[in-house]
Amino acid sequence: MEATSPGWGAPPVIARADRFSLQDLLVEASFGIGAKPSRLIMTTLGTVLGIASLVVTIGFAQTAAGQIANQFDAVSATQVLVVPAEASSGGGETVRAGVLPWDAPERVERLAGVERAGLLAEVDVKEAPVTSVPVNDPSAAALFSPAVVATSADLLAAVRGDVVTGRNFDAGHDARGDRVVVLGARAAEQLGINRVDSQPSIFIGETSYTVIGIIDGVERRSDLLDSVILPMGTARNDFAVSAPSELHVQIDTGAGTLVSRQAPIALSPNAPENFSVTAPSGKSDLQDDIQADVNIVFLILGGIALLAGGLGIANVTMLSVMERIGEIGLRRALGATRRDIGLQFMVESVVIGLLGGLIGSALGVFAVVIVSVLQGWTPILDPWLAIGCALLGAVVGLAAGALPARRASNIEPITALRGS
Amino acid sequence: MTRPPVVELVDVTRSFPGPPEVQALKSINLRIESGDYLSIVGPSGSGKSTMLNLLGLLDRPSVGEYFLDGASTGSLDEEQRAALRGGKIGFVFQAFHLMPHRTVLDNVLLATLYSGVPRAEREERARAAIDRVGLSHRVDFTPGTLSGGERQRVAVARAVVGSPELLLADEPTGNLDATTSGEVMDLFEELNADGLSLVIITHDRAVAERAERSIRITDGRLLELA
Repeated sequence: MEATSPGWGAPPVIARADRFSLQDLLVEASFGIGAKPSRLIMTTLGTVLGIASLVVTIGFAQTAAGQIANQFDAVSATQVLVVPAEASSGGGETVRAGVLPWDAPERVERLAGVERAGLLAEVDVKEAPVTSVPVNDPSAAALFSPAVVATSADLLAAVRGDVVTGRNFDAGHDARGDRVVVLGARAAEQLGINRVDSQPSIFIGETSYTVIGIIDGVERRSDLLDSVILPMGTARNDFAVSAPSELHVQIDTGAGTLVSRQAPIALSPNAPENFSVTAPSGKSDLQDDIQADVNIVFLILGGIALLAGGLGIANVTMLSVMERIGEIGLRRALGATRRDIGLQFMVESVVIGLLGGLIGSALGVFAVVIVSVLQGWTPILDPWLAIGCALLGAVVGLAAGALPARRASNIEPITALRGS
Repeated sequence: MTRPPVVELVDVTRSFPGPPEVQALKSINLRIESGDYLSIVGPSGSGKSTMLNLLGLLDRPSVGEYFLDGASTGSLDEEQRAALRGGKIGFVFQAFHLMPHRTVLDNVLLATLYSGVPRAEREERARAAIDRVGLSHRVDFTPGTLSGGERQRVAVARAVVGSPELLLADEPTGNLDATTSGEVMDLFEELNADGLSLVIITHDRAVAERAERSIRITDGRLLELA
């Protein structure tokens, strides 16, 4: 060991731990970066923008897919439609091969994944006019004939309609064949009926029917809003409806495949091919399609921005090396190896990239959340995305700094020190 | 067992390739004993810089051997040379080469990073070196606020904090006025009196004559002056 007083004796063998260590490296690198704060800001800006745009791109894609998926879930993913299959007869015409049984809703409601079901039939009123008798206004009744359909009691719920005023008919009306009707909102408007507490009537031909409710908000078969709706039993009695034309089923999300396979069997065990089912595909297929479309273009744009950021770091680091030739020469004269110098500039570059990545990631997450809140969306962002993008910044810094660091380590102290 | 010379150059030639080939130093032989005070003079282009670089392990001889503290340097790899450079040799330059944005203490500490000074002792030794050159009251100043003479003294503190055996000074008074030059030379001589071997390269005759030994380089050849 050497003397403790500051004399000038021979130095001891240099222990590994006391040489230029990681700690020293980080300290020197941070001084190097922090020397010119304005330049640091300029350098990180490109990476910040690149990372932020990547985060925003992927974040919005995920949020949008979530929104679309929600909408799909609400409607299409939970609606199944069963109709008699079409078969071609000899003369090039098509006839219906199957017949929906009158108890189809009950049969189908037993299946797993089915919430409710309802039947719908077209009603042929044979040119009879459909008119209304206004309650207070003696002026002419509307000369407009809305379509007439018949439904089972549960159909309204199955197509997600709401009763605006009054009530829908029930299984009792259906069974008794009561002469009551429900009007679609637009039909009611055209007929001049907007209240049912006074028990208004409409006339189909000569027969009167009491209006007991007005409905709106149907998500399927929206032409119901232009129609006069009879209970199925009434329609069979008064208008000789022979068979229902559609079975609407509301299912749980994801049950589409199952129900579309089982419903025809439930309706006609011997000949399920007589029915054709329209059902939504699996939930995940839908989301994947949507995500794929939105991502590609904007990911490429984000990648380009990041590339520009990386080039910026490379440029400024090279500039920094050129400016600090004297410092490099000095460090070499003080005993630094080429490796020490190269590592120092690499670390500076990585830290700049990481800084840009962290700030860009934070800004990107912030942007996704703010815009989503303003638009009333639910922001969806994979947390690993934010972390991964921050690290991506460090990787960009690593790649960008490689060449300048090499250049720095190759500087000859001789020329460097004489230069200034 | 006598102590080996700090520096021994044996038939050292340094030539630079490329047409025409230039021999900056031709068959140099030089011994510097521990504690010597040597000045090297010569006109520009005489090979002074090359001599400095060779002595400081910043360059290798094309021909011949350089023994530092009795050990041959020719077979050492890059990392070993760097370790020797940091541990046994101290540099002082004409242009000071201080880091402008960092304090005097940090500048002196820089030398301890690469010279293997035990981590626990670094700050203590740096402060001692700064005190040795008479700048304790300037420890937290940055170079921009110091005078030329003070800056050079910081550079000297940096050069000696690692307890080197050999101090190489390249035109140390080149950027200083006469009075300050005198003060810095006084400092060098104090260090020499404490046992530090001193080599001063200069074109200033007044500075050169202060040394105990003086060597002239002309056209790559060495001549020891009486």
